[in-house]
Amino acid sequence: MTFDTHLAVQILPFLLRGLVVTIEATLAGFVFALAGGLVLALGYRAKSLPARTVSRSLVEFLRNTPLLVQLYFLFYGLPLLGIRFSAMITGVLGLGIYYSAYIAEVYRGGVDAVPRGQWEAAQALRLSHGQTWWRIILPQAIPPVIPVLGNYLIGMFKETPLLAMITIPELLSAARQITGMTYRYTEPYTMVALIFLAISYSTSLLFRRLERNVGTS
Amino acid sequence: MTSAPTLLSFLPVLLRGAAVTLEVTAASACVAFLLAMLVGTARVSRVAPLRAIATAYVEILRGTSALIQLYYLFFILPVLGIETTPMEAAALGLGLTFSAYGAEVVRAGILGVDRGQWDAARALGMPHSLAFRRIIAPQAFATMLAPFGNLLVELLKSTSLVSLITLTDLTFSGAQVITSTGKPGQTWGAVLLLYFLMCFPLAQAVRSLEKRFTVYREPVRRPA
Repeated sequence: MTFDTHLAVQILPFLLRGLVVTIEATLAGFVFALAGGLVLALGYRAKSLPARTVSRSLVEFLRNTPLLVQLYFLFYGLPLLGIRFSAMITGVLGLGIYYSAYIAEVYRGGVDAVPRGQWEAAQALRLSHGQTWWRIILPQAIPPVIPVLGNYLIGMFKETPLLAMITIPELLSAARQITGMTYRYTEPYTMVALIFLAISYSTSLLFRRLERNVGTS
Repeated sequence: MTSAPTLLSFLPVLLRGAAVTLEVTAASACVAFLLAMLVGTARVSRVAPLRAIATAYVEILRGTSALIQLYYLFFILPVLGIETTPMEAAALGLGLTFSAYGAEVVRAGILGVDRGQWDAARALGMPHSLAFRRIIAPQAFATMLAPFGNLLVELLKSTSLVSLITLTDLTFSGAQVITSTGKPGQTWGAVLLLYFLMCFPLAQAVRSLEKRFTVYREPVRRPA
């Protein structure tokens, strides 16, 4: 059993095409999660009790069930309700919903760290509820948590192989196709592992630097 | 609801799957815990090569995806002539993945112990290794419990991946039930619920543990 370098190089363009889909899904899912997380985080501090209960329970449910099964549920369950999305949109939605629960907690940490006096000052200045959030609280709450958000971006990137299970032609899918055609496992899976390592490690170094800069400012 | 009885009659299948899920969780947690202790301690070792190896271990395992590591073990070990059962591949694969995260918990726990504890131990004439065992490790361990608990919840959820290497866990059983009932929406819903029923109590237990240890860790007021 040897590692066929020639084959590894030969399959690289094919894998990279899968990687493009992986990156698209990651970025789209992350944007969705940033927005969804914000909605949930605002829900935590909503004045209405039902809104608070719903956002709390939703976060608990999403965080305590596996992403893979959530993806299956969306992929096979939504069409039964008459909602038909492409696999890619379902995948992005699944990733986005799952991570919005984690990101909501990150935002919450940021919001909790804003001193109480800021809320009181906003009230004293007769700012509306919306103004208080957008102009006063969020601009102070979000910048300190950006490095944590970055970690979740990397985490999400590493979960994308699950999308192969709902037929999205991402990186792992491409590798599985190659194993089906060549009956070689070592080269495709090693290349996939190396591609993941290269991207997530370099990105994590980037965010570590960012974290240091946020820390010093 | 007309569909309730049919799905309910398949509940034993799902419960058997859930038992396998718990089994995989326990087995991989043991592997992960032991490796995490070793690697985490090596991460803060005074021996530079040991530190470098441990760092590489953590970065490589954390940098690749859990599913890819499982595939790697499941498909490539046999090619290398190492035969494993799906259960062994699963316990080893998830154990390795989570040991990297666990090692970081161990490292943070050890580094989190006040430097004064090291100084005090040395002042009392304790050698480095004895100070580590008697003074540092017990205090560090207390702070590691809650993060370990959180990892355990994540591990329990990640065991759904083992369904992809033919282990009949809860997720795999869900797929099996669907082939007999033809009700994917309800079945996956039931599977989600069963996962929730396993993970949520665990997560709550970790939370109360966290609270207790935060009280415990509150700084002792020193006499002026």
